[in-house]
Amino acid sequence: MKIFKLIFKNALRHKLRTSLTIFGIAIAVIAYGLLRTVVTIWDSSIDAAGADRLITRQAVSFIFPLPLAYKTKIESVSGVKEVCGAAWFGGTYKDKSNFFARMAIDDNYFDLYPEFMVSKNDLDKYKKERNGCIVGKSIADQYKFKVGDIIVLDGDIFPGRWEFVVSGIYLPKNKNTDATQMLFHWDYLNERIKQETPVRGDQVFWYIVKIDNTNNSAQISEQIDALFKNSTAETKTETEKAFTQGFVSASGAIITAMNFMSFAIIGIIMLVLANTMVMSARERTREYAVFKTLGFSAYHLTGLILGESMLISCIGAGIGIFLLYPIVSGFEQVMPKGFFPFFFIEPITIILAASSALLIGVLASIFPIQRALHTKIVDGFRFVG
Amino acid sequence: MSVIIQIKNVSKSYWRNSLEIPVLHDLTLNVKEGEFLALMGPSGSGKTTLLNLIAGIDRPSKGELNVAGTDIAKLNESGLAKWRSASVGFVFQFYNLIPVLTAFENVELPLLLTKLSKSERRKHVENVLSIVGLGDRIHHYPKQLSGGQEQRVAIARAIVTDPVILVADEPTGDLDKTSAQEILTLMERLNKEFKKTIVMVTHDPHAAEKATRLLHLEKGDLV
Repeated sequence: MKIFKLIFKNALRHKLRTSLTIFGIAIAVIAYGLLRTVVTIWDSSIDAAGADRLITRQAVSFIFPLPLAYKTKIESVSGVKEVCGAAWFGGTYKDKSNFFARMAIDDNYFDLYPEFMVSKNDLDKYKKERNGCIVGKSIADQYKFKVGDIIVLDGDIFPGRWEFVVSGIYLPKNKNTDATQMLFHWDYLNERIKQETPVRGDQVFWYIVKIDNTNNSAQISEQIDALFKNSTAETKTETEKAFTQGFVSASGAIITAMNFMSFAIIGIIMLVLANTMVMSARERTREYAVFKTLGFSAYHLTGLILGESMLISCIGAGIGIFLLYPIVSGFEQVMPKGFFPFFFIEPITIILAASSALLIGVLASIFPIQRALHTKIVDGFRFVG
Repeated sequence: MSVIIQIKNVSKSYWRNSLEIPVLHDLTLNVKEGEFLALMGPSGSGKTTLLNLIAGIDRPSKGELNVAGTDIAKLNESGLAKWRSASVGFVFQFYNLIPVLTAFENVELPLLLTKLSKSERRKHVENVLSIVGLGDRIHHYPKQLSGGQEQRVAIARAIVTDPVILVADEPTGDLDKTSAQEILTLMERLNKEFKKTIVMVTHDPHAAEKATRLLHLEKGDLV
């Protein structure tokens, strides 16, 4: 018989209590993993922003348009390589719950976003089709779009029935590249709007500005904004990362709360396990005295208690991590379609959950070990639990 | 026969808050190798305290305590633990077996601290369990054994490392008359046949009759 066998037998001494503790740890690991997944996905959508891209929008809000004429002026700024206009289309595809980003873009958009990989064939076809569109791989899979399909949108920002032909499907270059967008010609949008609501013609919502040196982003931003100072549509230019952060700032407080909660859960796991370990060690006070009498050292007792604590925490964490994958997948299914452009468990989430469980296993055993070691043998024999 | 337990001017006091409670007073006692010593006395007379000092599970407040050739009062905790595992076997009134371990595993426990191989440990455990008459109960858990059988497992655990001294704190105190008689017979055999020096605390005069020497303690003094 080895010490490990004794650790295992001790852990199973109160099967219900141990099972409930393991269950509690597993639930907490799942909750922690789910929260961290949401938080990291949110963060990685910001990280996906290009460092060499600036966004110029109306200073008041990005929901107000900018004149088309700004484009050539921005292009004239030193350090600017390329400028692309974009407009948020909104609209509904069949049902309001079918949410994905729909944007009208200039044709050079894919030059500025090399992470959106479109085949040359698809891109050529897109450029030739007036109402052509390129859709991301994720939504193509989700809605079973294929090249040549017609997509009909019911417009809200731009009212009316809008018909598009799928010219191509783009693939995400990186894991955190958004593959849920539908992109189509701004010219197509502009032509119709100019006919139906002339006052809204020749306008975009923001310009994407590619710069030649990321170190000059602040200086270029200032120069662009200076061009339109005191105009009817003053601009605010910032890095794409800052723009994305601003876009999700409304959710910032929730994300902070989720972040806090994910770490609070670690504390809860520790209390659950520490409670079990303290109860177990207290019940075994007399047994520890027996072990000491037989010649077992502080090292052996530490191994017994720490081993049991680690065993329970590792089993709980293992079950939690094992179940996290199907649960995250299920969570993604019940979320509104396209709410998260991508949803996956980052390896860091698993590493954090596993290392937290190990750390908690150690921390939860400290008090029982200290108590077992400091209790004199004679006091241990007198102990009535 | 040589002296195996040498107690010289040993005193022991406990402290309750700032109040000193003396238990043993300036006690001197020699026990020869191979003796079977019974300690009797009323409750609170210091019998168990003296036994704990001899077994190295408690320390004297003052005095010299030489057991099995070692001045155990001077050993640190880990030294004392090693000394206990090699030199002394302890039999408790309430057996103190580990409930999740079988009779075999309980007896094997002290051997886990030795360098014996698995097969050697098995041989030793089976041997001592057959000495105490439980060769057919090795895979039984404590709850599947009677009180007398549990105490025999405890005795097997106490002698499995072949210690020179066996200390027993009221080993028959929780047993019926028949089981008590079996345990006393076993201890007598361990003393006579296996030459173990035994120090036993008891309230039972019948148990004390098995000893080769009887001492009385009263209020911390030998009388």
